[in-house]
Amino acid sequence: MKCSEFLHELTNYLDGVLDETTKVELENHLSWCHNCYVVCDTTKKTIEIYRDSQLYELPEDLRTRLRSAIMTKCQQQKRRGPESV
Amino acid sequence: MGAIQNKLEGPVSDELTLVQAAKKGDDSAFEELVRRYDRNVFRIAQHITQNREDAEDVVQEAFLKAYGNLAKFQEQSKFYTWLVRIAVNEALMKLRRRKPERTVSLDEEIKTEDDSLPREIADWSPNPEQQYSQAELREILSKTIQGLPPGFRTVFVLRDVEGLSTEETAAALELSVPAVKSRLLRARLQLRERLGRFFQKRESGDGDQ
Repeated sequence: MKCSEFLHELTNYLDGVLDETTKVELENHLSWCHNCYVVCDTTKKTIEIYRDSQLYELPEDLRTRLRSAIMTKCQQQKRRGPESV
Repeated sequence: MGAIQNKLEGPVSDELTLVQAAKKGDDSAFEELVRRYDRNVFRIAQHITQNREDAEDVVQEAFLKAYGNLAKFQEQSKFYTWLVRIAVNEALMKLRRRKPERTVSLDEEIKTEDDSLPREIADWSPNPEQQYSQAELREILSKTIQGLPPGFRTVFVLRDVEGLSTEETAAALELSVPAVKSRLLRARLQLRERLGRFFQKRESGDGDQ
């Protein structure tokens, strides 16, 4: 497997959807190509850092306020009838 | 090095029961759906609009639209995927209104460099996120993802932050599966490269304090 082929399969590899043969070839490539190993490892870390970051959490007070506003508007909409959306 | 594990999702059958009850006019069932997904919609909306007030508006408008169009929801897809599609469209509309000088579309072909290997390959320090305080880290992550085109960051957020499958992401964005995969790869690589500026291994004598 060449570096460009590794890159082409990287997303499938990280998502765990590679067929067994390609996965073995890719891991074999990673065992000797340090650059691709680093790219793979740091890309995986990038995903994990974002996934675990709790970026843009909705504060509980705002959440309550939004939900209450949504339900009030829904009920107003229901009273006006379905054609008014 | 193994595959990334996705976040667990709530039971789908339970979701369908709530949707069917809401369709029959049970507002408490709809409120339960709001409770279940408001955090996700808010996160997606703020990632796309990069603006908190806009994200609040998107949450309200998306749920209101879902409520008004519930009768049209076919139940062949998951309610959440359908809701995400509505929310993404609302968020993109906000973005267009705020930045009319720039085309904002998920359909446009995004011009990028070729698929050659990344230029920056320096390794990161172990547990790089621990070099920063929570607030600093959030600032870094937020600024970094803001630099991606909306079409890239939307795919990344749905797929990697919210844990939708590739097929669900494609359905929510009305893109093909290959288009989602291609954007996801580019988004992941671009974020990796940009984060590298903050997370790279320091030269000896500059770390371990």
